[in-house]
Amino acid sequence: MRVRGRLAVHLAALRVVVVLTLIVGLAYPLGMTVLARIPGLSGPADGSLITGPNGRTVGSVLIGQSFTDAKGNPIPKYFQTRPSMAGNGYDPTASGASNLGPDSIVDTLPNPADKSDTGKLSLLSQICQRSKAIGELEGVNGARPYCTADGVGAVLGVFRTDGLTGPTTRVVSLNQECPVTPFMATYQGVRVECAQYGADYGHAVPTPIAENAPTPPAVPSDAVTASGSGLDPDISLAYANLQAPRVARARGISLATLSSLVDRYTTGRPLGVLGEPVVNVVRLNLALDQQYPKQGA
Amino acid sequence: MAAWSQALIVIALVVALHVPLGDYLARVFTGTRHSRFEQLVYRTCGVDPDGQQNWRRYLLALLAFSLFSILALLAIFLFQAHLPLSLGHPDLPFLLALDTAISFTTNTSWQNYAGESTMGHLAVMTGLGVQAFASAAVGMCVAVALIRGLIGHSTHELGNFWVDLIRCVIRVLLPLSVIAGLLLIGLGVEQNLHGAQTITTLAGGSQTLIGGPVGSWEPIKLMSGDGGGFFNANSAHPFENPSAWSNPIEIVLMLLIPVAFLRMYGRMVGSRRQGWTLLIVVGILFALCTGAVSWAEHAHPETASLAAGAASEGTEDRFGLPGSALFGISATGTADGAANSSYDSFTGLGGGVLMAAMMLGEISPGGTGSGLYGLLMAVLVAVFIGGLMVGRTPEYLRKRVGVGEMTMVVLYALVIPAVILICSAIAIALPAGRAAMGNVGPHGLSEVIYAFTSNVNTNGSAFAGLSANTPFYNIIMSIAMLIGRYLPIGLVLALAGKFAAQRPGVVTVGTLRAHGVNFVALVTGSAMLLALLNFLPALSLGPLAEGLH
Repeated sequence: MRVRGRLAVHLAALRVVVVLTLIVGLAYPLGMTVLARIPGLSGPADGSLITGPNGRTVGSVLIGQSFTDAKGNPIPKYFQTRPSMAGNGYDPTASGASNLGPDSIVDTLPNPADKSDTGKLSLLSQICQRSKAIGELEGVNGARPYCTADGVGAVLGVFRTDGLTGPTTRVVSLNQECPVTPFMATYQGVRVECAQYGADYGHAVPTPIAENAPTPPAVPSDAVTASGSGLDPDISLAYANLQAPRVARARGISLATLSSLVDRYTTGRPLGVLGEPVVNVVRLNLALDQQYPKQGA
Repeated sequence: MAAWSQALIVIALVVALHVPLGDYLARVFTGTRHSRFEQLVYRTCGVDPDGQQNWRRYLLALLAFSLFSILALLAIFLFQAHLPLSLGHPDLPFLLALDTAISFTTNTSWQNYAGESTMGHLAVMTGLGVQAFASAAVGMCVAVALIRGLIGHSTHELGNFWVDLIRCVIRVLLPLSVIAGLLLIGLGVEQNLHGAQTITTLAGGSQTLIGGPVGSWEPIKLMSGDGGGFFNANSAHPFENPSAWSNPIEIVLMLLIPVAFLRMYGRMVGSRRQGWTLLIVVGILFALCTGAVSWAEHAHPETASLAAGAASEGTEDRFGLPGSALFGISATGTADGAANSSYDSFTGLGGGVLMAAMMLGEISPGGTGSGLYGLLMAVLVAVFIGGLMVGRTPEYLRKRVGVGEMTMVVLYALVIPAVILICSAIAIALPAGRAAMGNVGPHGLSEVIYAFTSNVNTNGSAFAGLSANTPFYNIIMSIAMLIGRYLPIGLVLALAGKFAAQRPGVVTVGTLRAHGVNFVALVTGSAMLLALLNFLPALSLGPLAEGLH
């Protein structure tokens, strides 16, 4: 009787799994797919696709794109999206973030003897490198606190006599590989060395140094940090304003004309408090291509 | 300012909606009529919907259902290449399939894989999708059984697992999913069965857009406490969470059912004041966590955030930092574990608060169903301590909390921390465990502790830097999830059986009143004390060491 009772329970369990699979595993998602065909829902249900000037699908308004040339350099006539960690950048088959924590400040240096070894940049150095590059592209000061002038994290490895305490005996600029000249000559009276590949700096205390930089930095924070999805289609108003003069020049239009277009693709905060105001770069660049296609390339 | 207003809007909406939903839930679980469709389901499955079960039979049915759920998922994952709509993805390797099957059946939804490059549409719909509904329903069933135990009168009957399960799915989760799904699709969540579509971008590059039934997945992912992403980026992905509108809606969906369960509880025990009292406890814990994580993310005291100017690494512009912090605390406080930003890139202290929200035992407001029974365990600890302080036999809702009952409660309170800390220690001690860390130092330790806290509490939230798709992690996490889910459920049902068998006592002047300021303070304090005592040493080596140096 007990055995038969237990068997009955397991048979029932199996059947319930099957029935639930039919109801919520098939009927529900397929039904929703059918319901989503009604007008007004079918556009978003298909992925909010947009059509370019040539009549072909050129992407989705929700999924950011890279606006770079084959070598990865930014194309000046386009607003640039944020840094992306999805694949090689804006790859929807590999969405994701850097997953680096805010104390990721020391790089893994590349082997100078091995050209294919690119090392691994810390989050801090990635931020510094992007800020420097964007500063040069937009013609503004790309300096940030804790960044060296050559665009890596300004981090000293400080050796002390008693480990964490005591007089300083040796100082290494951890992210500047030899033969680069360190960003500061001396620290607490000790000469700063460049970092040697393969050397063990495990006993040095990593000490970030706040370098001189405008506050706030000219390049906004969302321009130098990767998004959570790697597919963020938006940029902040600050980053759009930073890019506007360059895009206007490249398109041969006035800054005022461009600014009104930027305004049109800006989404404020719904209800005044939800989320952040953003500019949709995909829609903005598409509108630019449609309205001001000027000057090939 | 906007940050606080956004949180207040979300909270106001949840509080407003929890009243009618909670009342509806109480009717669902006390009603005696079966709809025609339900009768058809019961006949097909060969169960007697009017038969009552004692706690052992209830547990047996639950375990049998979970066993076949795991087997069904395993079969789907191991043979998905042969199923329609597989999009060309291969069969999953055995250990990954096992970890994933257990993960979704236990309502954890920890994912050692990236959705868009691993799962075909049919595997999502009939595998993950079914268990999103079912695992949420299992949690709800256990909570309802415990309530029946508390209000029972010299009985062994705790209800019927099959009826509770089917009603959860058909009367509660399915209709809510349809409504929320259509709303989210309207806001931009895609819902189609397309495969990958390669297009030429504006700048002339190529991009492969991934289609999928995301609109039907998203609401149940959020409401069930499941939280597994259709895409690797989870709710940071624009197709899962497209706008500043959809973000607060998703947060509401995560909080709604766990909070409505408090109302339902009040209704079922015949004292709405009980529901409000527990809501205040939950509100205090939630507000403390939200305040702490928002402060940590804005104060951004660590180097890389200082260099960037804000803790914006791993966040989406459309949500901003407040929208990300609120989502994060809602996801870890509810056992949902979804993510609209990279928690690994949160500040040391901010990530620590997310971890602490899980270490509280997920009672702020906790998982779907599991939040309520977790909270009731904290209540019983409080009642016990309170009883000791006044020197009376502890009672709760006119039921004695004696040695037998307290044994279950204490075991419940100790099982989860013990498994988390033991698993973390094993991982740190073994090279296979350490190799998976994506960051070094205290942050790396945080990744490991976070992972096990998330797994054992069946949350599924991740510090995604940990590369855990290795044999070591797949196996140890599978074990951790099974223990973390079913041992507490067994203890709760056994406790429900003990309570049900009691004859209610009489309320005297010496009875501890289960409401009012004293009681709220006692319960909140007990919950925090338990979590702190269990986890403070581990927290100080990870997030505290990182955030305070």
